[in-house]
Amino acid sequence: MNDLVNRYGKTLTMTICVLTTFWLLMLVIAPNLYLFENSFRLYLPVRDVGGPKDVYTLKNYLTFLQSPIHITVFALTVMYSSIVTVICFAMAYPLAYYLAKKASPKHLPAIFLLLTVPLWVSEIMRSFAWFIILSLKGPLNYLLISGDIIEKPIRWMTGFRSVIIGLVYTYVLFMLFPIYNAVQSLDTNQIEAAEDLGAPWWRIHWRVILPHAKPGIASGSVMVFMLSAGSILVPTLLASTNSRWFTEIIQQWMFESLDWNTGSAYAFLLLILCTVFVTIVLRVFGVKLSDIAN
Amino acid sequence: MSASVELQDVCADFGNFRAVDKVSLSIEAGEFFSFLGPSGCGKTTILRMVSGFVSPTAGTISIGGKDMRDQRPNQRPTALIFQNLALFPLMPVWENIAFGLEARGIDKKARRQRAEELLALVDLPDAGDKAISQLSGGQKQRVAIARALAVEPSVMLLDEPLSALDLKLRQHMRAELRAIQKRTNVTFIYITHDQGEALAMSDRVAVMSHGKLQQVARPREIYDNPANGFVAAFVGESNIFNGTLASRTHELGTFQTENGVFEGRLGPGIDDSAKLYVRPENVRLAGAATASNSIAVEVTDIAFEGNFISIRTVDGSGRIIVSEARNDGAGLVPDPGAKLYATFDAAKAFILADEFTAKPVVAA
Repeated sequence: MNDLVNRYGKTLTMTICVLTTFWLLMLVIAPNLYLFENSFRLYLPVRDVGGPKDVYTLKNYLTFLQSPIHITVFALTVMYSSIVTVICFAMAYPLAYYLAKKASPKHLPAIFLLLTVPLWVSEIMRSFAWFIILSLKGPLNYLLISGDIIEKPIRWMTGFRSVIIGLVYTYVLFMLFPIYNAVQSLDTNQIEAAEDLGAPWWRIHWRVILPHAKPGIASGSVMVFMLSAGSILVPTLLASTNSRWFTEIIQQWMFESLDWNTGSAYAFLLLILCTVFVTIVLRVFGVKLSDIAN
Repeated sequence: MSASVELQDVCADFGNFRAVDKVSLSIEAGEFFSFLGPSGCGKTTILRMVSGFVSPTAGTISIGGKDMRDQRPNQRPTALIFQNLALFPLMPVWENIAFGLEARGIDKKARRQRAEELLALVDLPDAGDKAISQLSGGQKQRVAIARALAVEPSVMLLDEPLSALDLKLRQHMRAELRAIQKRTNVTFIYITHDQGEALAMSDRVAVMSHGKLQQVARPREIYDNPANGFVAAFVGESNIFNGTLASRTHELGTFQTENGVFEGRLGPGIDDSAKLYVRPENVRLAGAATASNSIAVEVTDIAFEGNFISIRTVDGSGRIIVSEARNDGAGLVPDPGAKLYATFDAAKAFILADEFTAKPVVAA
């Protein structure tokens, strides 16, 4: 603190501290606390708020447990988010390895630019773009048919297919960069040493590179999984009639039923259950939280 | 188990830069062979070509008579010890050592047993379950050697593996490496810029500069009969006199310098670049001048080095001549300011051409 004051002067230091505190308290912690508190209260007509009926209860949370459809949707959300995470890993790992160890440093800036340029376009635009690409008479089917790869157009937007495609596209870079950083920090001599000792390429990856990249893979996976499970835009835009995402149910509670109390309970359930799920998966793969922080 | 290594006109180019230029030599099976040279002389590139990580631009490399072209590093009978050792930090010691066996599909029990045997060989028993981070520098060194030996290589390649150790440990590991090499009888190819290491451990040494071999010979030969000026200056110390060759008779030549006319032995391929080289320990300081090879000097500085004493003198023209005397109590150490004569035997002075840039000299 004294260090900061010496470097930036009293006024600037105080301003920065006050602003940071305001952001944390008022814009992050307070709204969440408000929702958390509300999730334990009943959805009541305005005249009953603060009256004898306004008591703390677990009823909103029990609503979830008593509704098999919501539980199914939650399970599907977790399952398909996991699939998205696995696909992202399968796509990002080879690319990360290539960028970190094979690509010439001369080309790296250009490749990274190409990778990040799509992020300059807003997520809603990109999701709409996929909506057009994947539509029945859209460019993807047109290309596949004119390339004689398929005969009849494929209905992409059915089931969770389009949602998975959209989520992978939106979040794959969140997997790429942590893995890239992890692989890059591996001493190339270790790869050469493994090869020199007679190991084929797949064993080098399995025994040397993957274990080293594990923290990066873990943090990338946690990010992609949590973002996917919590995504509302992609599942809404690219959904089909038979794909429901858990966030859509939260939205229904809040904006269609106008029941913010049950909506908040569902939102916290999503957070808590996903955190539990992630913790279990990390435990299974033997990753410590401190590894990810590194 | 050991194999010979044959290099035939091997070149390596990186863009326009020629790192290794037409190197030809043969290393015998079971030999401890060192490449000695300053950084950037191409010695590491040679090692990486033998191990297979770099392909020669021209020429052939064969190991045990077999051409190594198109053989991946994991197919060659070599094991490389990296400068930074490149141990696998996430595996315990024994898995590091057994990694090469694991790659060969040997079952876990046999791997563990072999790892323990090798740990005993490198004098590190009971370290099998330790983490790499728990080991000291010297212990890591031993694990790296054991890991390389585990795959029973015919040729062991060592890339300055001792450079990270402190002086005492380095000297100890020198003897250790030499002993392991004798015990296993594997061909060792050792890369170093430290002349002490090269001379003390090797059967033969190749001195390199600018991608070219300057001399290939036994350590004694390298030191006592340097083939050219680069070798004389790089290996050990030398007093170097510029001048011109005045006359020659058989092996001896007369060399005209600013400081007088001296006699010395003629090296091969003398040209205009020739200089006269005299090692400090071959310069004696005496009260009277001798018939030849004698310079009147004044002592300016005495440096006590422990096992020897280095005496700096200067002659009338201001040229510095260094003499070294063993600290055995036999010789008198002059005081600064003493006026003496620096003398040396014609047989211990060399008239040598500069470094070879065209054709390397290979001696047995």
